[in-house]
Amino acid sequence: MFLSELTHGQRAVVRGLVAASPDIHASILRRLADIGFIAGESLQLLRRGPGGREPLAVQIGETMFALRLVEARCIRVELQ
Amino acid sequence: MSAITYKTIALVGNPNCGKTALFNLMTGARQKVANYAGVTVERKVGSLRLKNGQTLSVVDLPGAYSLSPATPDEEVTLQVIEGRRPGEAAPDVIVAVVDATNLRMNLRLVLELLRMGRPVVVAVNMADVARAQGLKLDLQRLELELGCPVVETIAVQQKGHLQLVELLEARFEAYLSIQRPSLGMPAPASPEALQRDVRRILAAVLSGNENRGRFQHRLDAVVMHPVWGLLVLATVLFLIFQAVFSWAAYPMDAIKDLMAATGEWTLTQMPEGPLRSLLVDGVIAGVGGVLVFLPQILILFFFILLLEDSGYLPRAAFLLDNVMGKVGLSGRAFIPLLSSFACAIPGIMATRTIANWKDRLATIMVAPLMTCSARLPVYALLIGAFVPERTVGWFDLRGLTLFGLYVAGVLSAMAVAWVFKRVWMKSSYQPLMLELPPYRVPSMRNLGLGLWERARIFMRRVGGIIFTLMVLLWFLSTYPAPPAGWTEAQGPAILYSAAGMMGQALQHVFSPLGFNWQISIALVPGMAAREVAVGALGTVYSLSAADNAMADALSPVIAQGWSLATAYSLLAWFVFAPQCLSTLAVVRRETNSWRYPLLMAAYLFALAYAAAFVTYRTTLWLGV
Repeated sequence: MFLSELTHGQRAVVRGLVAASPDIHASILRRLADIGFIAGESLQLLRRGPGGREPLAVQIGETMFALRLVEARCIRVELQ
Repeated sequence: MSAITYKTIALVGNPNCGKTALFNLMTGARQKVANYAGVTVERKVGSLRLKNGQTLSVVDLPGAYSLSPATPDEEVTLQVIEGRRPGEAAPDVIVAVVDATNLRMNLRLVLELLRMGRPVVVAVNMADVARAQGLKLDLQRLELELGCPVVETIAVQQKGHLQLVELLEARFEAYLSIQRPSLGMPAPASPEALQRDVRRILAAVLSGNENRGRFQHRLDAVVMHPVWGLLVLATVLFLIFQAVFSWAAYPMDAIKDLMAATGEWTLTQMPEGPLRSLLVDGVIAGVGGVLVFLPQILILFFFILLLEDSGYLPRAAFLLDNVMGKVGLSGRAFIPLLSSFACAIPGIMATRTIANWKDRLATIMVAPLMTCSARLPVYALLIGAFVPERTVGWFDLRGLTLFGLYVAGVLSAMAVAWVFKRVWMKSSYQPLMLELPPYRVPSMRNLGLGLWERARIFMRRVGGIIFTLMVLLWFLSTYPAPPAGWTEAQGPAILYSAAGMMGQALQHVFSPLGFNWQISIALVPGMAAREVAVGALGTVYSLSAADNAMADALSPVIAQGWSLATAYSLLAWFVFAPQCLSTLAVVRRETNSWRYPLLMAAYLFALAYAAAFVTYRTTLWLGV
């Protein structure tokens, strides 16, 4: 499953990065890895923005990031 | 560039690791902020004196997540470290600053730096916070694992940098003499490989509280809540505007009184003549009229710096991301746009955190529509003269008018962004990837330094461009003098001057908007910077008045002389008009092309003219 499918408060482990849409270039995947979305790291979906869809507030390791759905759909995770 | 070149150390680290606070602590007020040539990335350099009398240059490099750059900031950081920036030697020693509470992320960059084979010292910052969270860090072991010196720093404490300084004092020369094998650029390591090393190192050096909370989740539950969060945000913004207008009143009155007194005093001390007129009508009336707004600008920046330092701004961006996304902007655009309320220039410079070029360009294009502090003088003057002091419900009519002008700016920015992204620069994907750092108590020291920097920039503008323009305008409005035999009955003397003729010519362009020749003249130097228009009006009216009326009395003069329609029309003009050459110059530098600043000027002028025309006609038609 993907990070975008998690419900609030769910914890998961990153399994890998996949370009989920043609808009996603290799540089964007590289960036996601640079900020910590690396296979084996654990994360938690904390909450979503007003409207309940995006952005997503995600804690990855010891860092919190806000992502949009397009990015979240690229992060393959496994529930912990 | 000074003649003596010192050995340099460069501070490198992830964003939000407290690097700049450490830099401020090491260099105090001995810092220079400029730009790297050709880009709008800030270059901060300071100096540090060691006990042995040696002085080191300290460079604060822009924060970077990794050495594979994704933003212009990170690109500069990499170039400087590698010694690839023209005119800038590679730093002698790199100080890698890491956040002790987030080594899991911060150490990746350190490992990347070490792979370059250059002298590195690691400063483990926020060591106090890590201890308070129950973390135990074995620094000696870390030193062993990394193979480079490691010291502890606490950037928010008076003496929190001393260990680092002592290390530099004791061993700086030794670092320089180490001949590191020149590896050239190693192939970039994959994040996965780096993280494997980080996990191994952390397992060896880190112990203690496993389930510590780095984040204040309870606070976030309110601040980032869909309803409460937005309410908090609205309250914060409202408070800021309230403060800008009510708190600033006292220092502003003081500056006004001081200027008036200086004018009076000059009048009594000097014989009548061109020099006295230049001083009183040109310099004091013009420059003083602008100086008055220093308190408001500082209060606005105080709040922006406070929000930035506390970690609140990214949360606000999180809340507004949806709205921003609807008009095609990234949530990241919120921070540059909020800064643009103070001044579009730092706002446009802040867009460099937006990695996507089209997003960035759209944000740059609408930034000048945010009501910057240079518009305040104009708005304040016109509202003071034309809007009656009346209460509407709980509110003051003048405050409401001003609020309305701010709203007009924001709404038009949204509309322009929408058109821009739909019609011209279609891009469906806007990445966010915005870090939400833990909340921190802002450091008064950093706030003070930030404000001092802003005050200096403003005073330099007042002393430089504004002063020059005022003097120039005085000459243009004084000469040529009216012909011999001229009497006051034939109209004010200024009509015969170069500026007077220019104003009368321009009036043909501006009369459909209801602008008279005095306004037309004032708009010309006002092209350089909006606030100059107020000073220019002061000078023009001061010179055309029979007695030496001060700029202080400008408000009643225009209240008598202008119709309400003219005043509203001028307000509408100032909502849009791109009257700031510095902004256009920054856009030119930022986009590296004349195309965008020209396009920006054209669309803003067109909007300004249309808005002023419609406002003028509507007000006349309504007959108010």
